[in-house]
Amino acid sequence: MKLLPRPKLLGRDSERIRERSRRVRRGESNSLSLAFLILFAAVFSTNAQSVVIMGSKKFTESYVLGEIAKRTLNDAGIPAEHRQGMGGTIILWQALRGRQIDAYPEYTGTIEQEILKTNRQLSLDEIRETLTKFGVGMTKPLGFNNTYALVMRRSEAQRLGLHTISDLRNHPELKVGLTHEFLDRQDGWQPLRARYALPQQNVIGIDHALGYAALKNGSIDVKDAYSTDAKIGEYDLVTLEDDLQFFPRYNAVFLYRLSLPTPAVAALRKLEGTLDETRMIRLNAEAERTRNYARAANLYFQGGTGSTTAAGESFWHKLTRWTLRHLELAGFSLLLAMIVGIPLGIIASRGGPSGHAILGFASVVQTIPSLALLALLVPLPFFGISVRTAIAALFLYGLLPIVRNTASGLQDIPRSLRESAIALGLSPMARLWQIYLPMASRSILAGIKTSAVINVGTATLAALIGAGGLGEPILSGLNLNDHATILQGAIPAALLALLVQWGFDLLDRVLIPKGLRL
Amino acid sequence: MSPLVQLVDVSKRYANAPALHSTNLVIERGKTTVLIGPSGCGKSTLLRLIIGLITPDSGTIAFDGSQITPANIDTLRPRIGYVIQEGGLFPHLTARDNILLMARYLGKSREKLRIRLLELCELTRFSDNLLSRYPIELSGGQRQRVSLMRALMLSPELLLLDEPLGALDPLVRASLQKELKEIFTRLRQTTLFVTHDLAEAAYFGDEIVLMNEGHIVQQGSLLDLRENPANDFVREFINSQRALVFT
Repeated sequence: MKLLPRPKLLGRDSERIRERSRRVRRGESNSLSLAFLILFAAVFSTNAQSVVIMGSKKFTESYVLGEIAKRTLNDAGIPAEHRQGMGGTIILWQALRGRQIDAYPEYTGTIEQEILKTNRQLSLDEIRETLTKFGVGMTKPLGFNNTYALVMRRSEAQRLGLHTISDLRNHPELKVGLTHEFLDRQDGWQPLRARYALPQQNVIGIDHALGYAALKNGSIDVKDAYSTDAKIGEYDLVTLEDDLQFFPRYNAVFLYRLSLPTPAVAALRKLEGTLDETRMIRLNAEAERTRNYARAANLYFQGGTGSTTAAGESFWHKLTRWTLRHLELAGFSLLLAMIVGIPLGIIASRGGPSGHAILGFASVVQTIPSLALLALLVPLPFFGISVRTAIAALFLYGLLPIVRNTASGLQDIPRSLRESAIALGLSPMARLWQIYLPMASRSILAGIKTSAVINVGTATLAALIGAGGLGEPILSGLNLNDHATILQGAIPAALLALLVQWGFDLLDRVLIPKGLRL
Repeated sequence: MSPLVQLVDVSKRYANAPALHSTNLVIERGKTTVLIGPSGCGKSTLLRLIIGLITPDSGTIAFDGSQITPANIDTLRPRIGYVIQEGGLFPHLTARDNILLMARYLGKSREKLRIRLLELCELTRFSDNLLSRYPIELSGGQRQRVSLMRALMLSPELLLLDEPLGALDPLVRASLQKELKEIFTRLRQTTLFVTHDLAEAAYFGDEIVLMNEGHIVQQGSLLDLRENPANDFVREFINSQRALVFT
């Protein structure tokens, strides 16, 4: 269950190292990964021994469980990394099956509904047996049931005398705000409404974190939450009793790849039955209060100051890491867009069916919302939850301005000059390189500049699929409703865009022939 | 010796209308042939057919005895110089680079290029200080001189001029006319010159070819055209510009 966001900012270095070693193992040696290696081998030269990679979903509890698992593995002498807040259920599941992660925290109800896609309540053994077919193992429940719940302001519930979900039937005027996932889930709003015959018409989709603020200021009256959510206490909310037992049980477990070495599995299994609901709420509250997941995880181990390196990472170090990754995302994608876009633009400038097809394709790609494009790429075999996916999406976005400007720059060359070049006797290649491209250089560069600025901006979305960059603090801040954290990403991203713009203005002076600038 | 260029039954249609009806024309070596006629009469089309910017729908064009085909046009173009009204200079290249572009492409030696460039500057009275300027930094007259130098760089057997002086102001035009004529005479250059100005045609042309609506209407000296006009159009065309030419 829960895809409710709560990203965090650590562990990308290890991700790179791992990615690198994996590529080397597979023997991939295409030029992109080669360039990737050259660029980063120098910077990240840590060894590439086998490390257990924990994943987690984008919400506080998942982060905390991921941190606890990592700490437990470390305490057992097993090197472990935690890739935090990678996304929702499907993304984590695919990452597990695709060997991008080795284990992550999951809930039994989610496994039934979203992964195995059954409407039946299965026994733990049945679930475990089915998962085996996918090469995935499951621990016993960790001890708490984090089910969905509908929550309201305490004052409002008391005023209307509401205690159960059934009581909502008498108040069709109540405004309901639900997370998008809950709206669409098989065990979400539609079947819930059917079961309880709820009359509310005013139902909107809203981000989980923003939903609490909306609930507080009265924009909505009812929202979905989950039973161990620390915000229930924080905002003085009450849970409406699920009197018809609609929601399945969501016992927390760890899913792991069956190929995981026995000591690592044993370490994870030590966590079975050790976390009850009260304790989990306390850990969640600590995580939200301190905005430090590692510290909250430490609470589990009964105090002791944080031993994780992540907790001690300085702001400047983080900023450097985000910015480098951001530049890598935007830079690689721009380079690809140029390598592909300029030739396509040359072909498109000649018009005809292929020219129209190229411009049409590039325009259509531009109209796909960036989030949707990311979501479309993630399930494809080569992509998944990786930097590759982000670069591919940014590359596609960067294509149109370059293709279009190359084409129009070439088409704008006066016929008399084209004919002069032909009449002189220059070959088609010589005409292109010595006459047409230099004459179109201003337009082509303007297209590249547009793409660069778009990519620097859009690269913030890469954080949504765990690809890092300056979107990390933005997303994190958005979910924590913490403006300072948002600005830590937003300001550098804006400065970066300005810098790129400025850099290209300088480049204009070098690359555009002087005769065209007079 | 065969004529340098020979058009036999050449015709050309554009999408909407015929641009050139079946036409025969001979361009003799060492002479300046002037194509004249009102706008849209087909004179530029004829020029563009010879340089291979367009291909004829029917008929053949022979250059120096061999028929022009898409296969050999590339080897023929360096033997033909081409100057258009706007000069056709590439704005991103200096005057020098414009002039030397094709010679460099053909891999001529630097020393030869340097000498040839000085010759041309002297021939066209173009100050070599201006060679490193870009087209936009030159006056209209200077641009046409550069364009002429570019056309003459490879010592072409045929020079095609498509209203080369059309965009210049009258004073510059007059002095360039004089210089051009001197140059053609000095080089014994075979030239095909397109203009719509009868005075210019009379000044340059050993042979005047009057065109109208895609046909050659009459061909001969100015005197022929005036004394024995082939039809009313010729008479009218001559008379309309008579004041300029004969007084």
